[in-house]
Amino acid sequence: MFAEENGLHGDPRIKAISDAIRVVPHFPKPGIMFQDITTLLLDQKAFKYTVDIFVDRYKEKKISVVAGVEARGFIFGPPIALAIGAKFVPLRKPRKLPGEVISEAYVLEYGTDCLEMHVGAVQAGESVLIVDDLVATGGTLSAAIRLLGKELEVHCSSSSTIILDQINNIYIFEHVFLERVGADVVECACVIGLPQVKGNWTLNGVPLYVLVEPRLNDLGHFGDGGFV
Amino acid sequence: MSAGENGGSGGCINGIKSALRVIPNFPKPGIMFQDITTLLLDPKAFKDTIDLFVERYKDKDISVIVGIEARGFIFGPPIALAIGAKFVPLRKPKKLPGEVISEKYILEYGSDCLEMHVGAVESGDRALVVDDLVATGGTLCAAMNLLERAGAEVVECACVIEVPDLKGRERLRSHGKPLYVLVESQFEPNSQ
Repeated sequence: MFAEENGLHGDPRIKAISDAIRVVPHFPKPGIMFQDITTLLLDQKAFKYTVDIFVDRYKEKKISVVAGVEARGFIFGPPIALAIGAKFVPLRKPRKLPGEVISEAYVLEYGTDCLEMHVGAVQAGESVLIVDDLVATGGTLSAAIRLLGKELEVHCSSSSTIILDQINNIYIFEHVFLERVGADVVECACVIGLPQVKGNWTLNGVPLYVLVEPRLNDLGHFGDGGFV
Repeated sequence: MSAGENGGSGGCINGIKSALRVIPNFPKPGIMFQDITTLLLDPKAFKDTIDLFVERYKDKDISVIVGIEARGFIFGPPIALAIGAKFVPLRKPKKLPGEVISEKYILEYGSDCLEMHVGAVESGDRALVVDDLVATGGTLCAAMNLLERAGAEVVECACVIEVPDLKGRERLRSHGKPLYVLVESQFEPNSQ
């Protein structure tokens, strides 16, 4: 849902945030009207409004983890995590995180990409908020949701059967039971989202909360539809 | 200087230091990788990290903080928000849309490049460069060059961790700029 549908209708901060975002036509390729949040980061008031709105929404929701999608999710996620007392977990492109990771592949327009998270960063049953700057197709966020809901903690219980054979060789059979549990992704929060996010639209069953729609371009003309 | 020399609260620093993790032989054999992700999993230690930087810079008239992709994006914005400064991301090539200026810098094998948006930083801006770690200082020097080309004055570079053996501090000193870090890394047998 959009912030304006959920108590922030007419809030002047929403317009300030939208106005601070710059549209760069035909980046990274022709037809895409790129929604550039770097100009929002240059506007101290508007950047603070952005973080404050998310913090107000999530501070009472007992969220213990904020997961941010590389790289622009690293800009918005940590200030929210710090304000609500949650851990911050970076979700990264392959081979950036050192140590043991779990991965989730997702489909792009041409080819595939992959998101990784550290093993042990998130515990089973923790409440998680995923943060990114923009949601378009939802492919990246869906991968993040699947990653967080994956096998995060493996509970092992075992029992052993010992058999002594006729010539006193000992055979030990271990029975290992694995239980896969995941985290609970409460919501995905993005600064910018396409209009289809209105209402109760969900991604893999997870609701989205978005502050503003993409602008078509800085001159107010209609662009040609792609938004990154 | 490091926070330990500057009267920074010993308890805070110890908490930050113990929250860091070292991963041997990443990304390649011989490198003891200083991993800050475990610091981010400790809300108190992460907050203390930011608070120490904010305490140092809040009265220094800093108008812009630049963060180096990608881990500088984690530490820079919270400091910027707290002191009322702009945040400017410095990125690898072709990530920033629109007009950019680029600065090439030398790596052990080959070179890399850092980009900044034209117009993000203006003449007269007082800038702080933020990254998670300083090793040789090559990336920080590239960042400072970009800022100076745009007409800003670099006040200081700030990192969570310094790897003293790699002499980044000396390199910054020869650029005429001070470095402020919170902790020095342990375990540097075969660093590169």
